[in-house]
Amino acid sequence: MTPVATGHVRQEHREERVMARPDVASLRRLAVDLRQDILRTIANAGSGHPGGSLSMVELLIGLYWYKLRHDPKRPDWPDRDLFLLSKGHGCPALYVVLATLGYFPKDELSTLRKYPTRLQGHPERGMLPGIEMSSGSLGQGLSMANGIALADRLDGRTRRVFCLMGDGELQEGQVWEAAMTGHHHKLDSVCAIIDANQLQQNGPVKQIQDIEPLPDKWRAFGWHVIEIDGHDIAKVLDAYDQADAVKGKPQAIIARTVKGKGVSFMELNHAWHGVAPKPDELEKALKELDAAKR
Amino acid sequence: MADKPTRDGFGEGLVELGATHPQVVALSGDLEDSTRAIWFKQKYPDRFFSVGIAEQDMIGTAAGLAMAGKIPFACSFAEFVTGKTLEQLRMAVCYQRLNVKTVGSHGGLSVGADGATAEALEEFSHMRCLPHMTVIAPCDAVEAKKATIACADFPGPVFLRLGRNPVPTITKPEEPYRIGQANVVRDGADVTIVACGVLVQHALQAAESLAKEGIQARVINLHTIKPIDRAALAQAARDTGAIVTAEEHTVLGGLGGAVAEVIVQEHPVPMRFVGVMDRFGTSGDPAQLLKAFHLMPDDIAAAVRDVLKLKAVGSRA
Repeated sequence: MTPVATGHVRQEHREERVMARPDVASLRRLAVDLRQDILRTIANAGSGHPGGSLSMVELLIGLYWYKLRHDPKRPDWPDRDLFLLSKGHGCPALYVVLATLGYFPKDELSTLRKYPTRLQGHPERGMLPGIEMSSGSLGQGLSMANGIALADRLDGRTRRVFCLMGDGELQEGQVWEAAMTGHHHKLDSVCAIIDANQLQQNGPVKQIQDIEPLPDKWRAFGWHVIEIDGHDIAKVLDAYDQADAVKGKPQAIIARTVKGKGVSFMELNHAWHGVAPKPDELEKALKELDAAKR
Repeated sequence: MADKPTRDGFGEGLVELGATHPQVVALSGDLEDSTRAIWFKQKYPDRFFSVGIAEQDMIGTAAGLAMAGKIPFACSFAEFVTGKTLEQLRMAVCYQRLNVKTVGSHGGLSVGADGATAEALEEFSHMRCLPHMTVIAPCDAVEAKKATIACADFPGPVFLRLGRNPVPTITKPEEPYRIGQANVVRDGADVTIVACGVLVQHALQAAESLAKEGIQARVINLHTIKPIDRAALAQAARDTGAIVTAEEHTVLGGLGGAVAEVIVQEHPVPMRFVGVMDRFGTSGDPAQLLKAFHLMPDDIAAAVRDVLKLKAVGSRA
């Protein structure tokens, strides 16, 4: 594994947050390492969701190696920023990130989906350090992000709450109820991140049920919209900085991504939504990713 | 004491909690006037959150507030706050074991004229099969106030079922109240009537008329349907040998079902169920509907006479 700055711990309040930009080239190498670990972990489990895990890697790196105020040694630190994974099926990516940062031993990744394990097929809050919310039933995370933000406002807390959703997930009506609540209560500590990877289980989102134009929709719901290439790490870091500076309204980062990113035969192929790679497929995928390191 | 709706007891209890429990907050889906959460809103506007007519988001938001250490009371009509939100209550609240208090007023047939869509007749069944959920149905305003206050110090998810209409006050403020502990409100050795909500009053009336026939009925106010008071129920089965349940709710999986699950395992005795017989509600005056749906004291007394025949057969065998 390429050495990079880990556990970006920042103790200052949001207003005073000035943090050093990590080296983007090293984060790019990290992205490849994480993708390989994600695929190894899912292949070992024998089931899971590779497509949507691979599409969100840069979005997680931008949070856990840059923007998020967190400390792997103190997962229950009261003033930490919160990351809520609403698209629970993407949890292999989150588990790999948390293990890499030392939230739990990395060899525990081999227990994913196997009884008895702390690495549930969809994440369970309280079971594993670093998991802030249970998810797996889509569309619920943003409501919880809003609730946390309302409580924090009452308590005078200044932490940030990030909520990552899929694009297919936005077909759930509760997301838009929560979008209205975030706007109505001016919850500027909430940042929604949309992993717009274009596909869902049975095909392209456009064909299953079109949700575009996403930026117009979120703007119409009163959110500050930032649209980026979700695989361009520098743009991801910029987007988090921009979102931080917004006052008085919640922010939505619409990250245009590729489902299955990094593995040619998985990219934009919905068949890889919820299937684990077999040993030969894993080997082929890891080799492709090795080539990307050179 | 004048008749008073259980929702009023809740409203008063919530206002008291406002003073004693700074972590208590309230959410409403545009029904704060109906649920009486408006009394809390008037006193503690900063701790009251309007989320619009969006019950699913309300439960999710309440879950978030609980994740950050608050004790949220999420209030709406019993039907909407449990029916539309079953999945949110399951994953966000119960699976995460969060301290969310879900409050449903206008439970049972008490919304009357509005008709079937607003009449909640299935919530006990829905709520009690969720792991970690506590299910409470107070019988009068005094008990509703006690239950509300007790909720705040009872960790974990709670569903509190309230009614819209004034009901006689049969409990006293000084009487003990503990979540999960059934109250025997009348003793008797021949049969036990287990009831909750307004049907506790009807059960007492039934017991009085039965007494004139020489039948002594024990009446249990089972205000907490889950966790259920197994000991009190098993004792009643052993002491009286026959049980009738009574609820303003479907007979499928509600209080009656919960009691039967205990009785068949602890001490099987004949049972009869008074409740709504696998059907939807309908429009009408609530008092008239209680008659039409056979939830009156006479209906409970008839069920008692019926179950006593079975008990007699059993004792001959």
